Amino acid sequence: MSSPTSPRSGTEPGRRALFGGLLTLALAPPAGATPEAMAEAIALFTGGATPELSAAITLDIPSLVENGNTVPVTIAVDSPMTEAAHVRAIALFNQRNPQPQVIEARLGPWSGAARISTRARLADSQRLTAVAALSDGRFLLAEAEVVVTLAACLEG
Amino acid sequence: MARTLIRVPATATRGEVIEIRTLIQHPMETGYRPDAAGRLLVRDIITRFTCHFDNRLVFEAMLHSAIAANPYLTFTLRAEASGVLAFAWDGDHDFRHVETRALTVT
Repeated sequence: MSSPTSPRSGTEPGRRALFGGLLTLALAPPAGATPEAMAEAIALFTGGATPELSAAITLDIPSLVENGNTVPVTIAVDSPMTEAAHVRAIALFNQRNPQPQVIEARLGPWSGAARISTRARLADSQRLTAVAALSDGRFLLAEAEVVVTLAACLEG
Repeated sequence: MARTLIRVPATATRGEVIEIRTLIQHPMETGYRPDAAGRLLVRDIITRFTCHFDNRLVFEAMLHSAIAANPYLTFTLRAEASGVLAFAWDGDHDFRHVETRALTVT
């Protein structure tokens, strides 16, 4: 599911920070979600830390969606969920909706597992990013490309 | 009153990780959709969902316009003792809905 423009290269954090900085100076708040607005929303969630792409977090969403009004999505993190090592929060972001945020969930060792499901609205084909906040201060990231044939209606 | 659908296992063994599924009837009007006259419909969404177990917060989610109508949410909880689960949905225009379910741990 990776594309040539996939932000998996090592230079991405720098570019994100630069874009984020420019964006704050130039046009805050942005009119709609863009890859830059999404990066900014992620930075807000992580407190500026750069999330690492990890196989320990899975973002399960259909790659081809007929109806963007209700898209099932599950985010799971492989974690022992103990007091010492657990997932504190899970968030989902998008690039092309009017707003970059979809959901932010807070959990803890008492959750037993780090797994949430919901149904999202997608205004367009786009890349979604899930970020998990770990108890040791690290942030994990997973991405998924979704093609939407019928977008969630922004029209009447 | 909004209608809800909550699925909690009737019983669980101590230490078992249970999955809780919730759904609430709500339009989740995004605030980005114009009506027939071209005026934007006022945003009306649920912004926060919480689950307390015996008055202790065990799950919380902030929802945005990108959550589909009739918000569906599942999460997990390690069942350690019998108690009461309290679910609350809060949203725009002072929306609030609360439900409780008993959890029996054997």
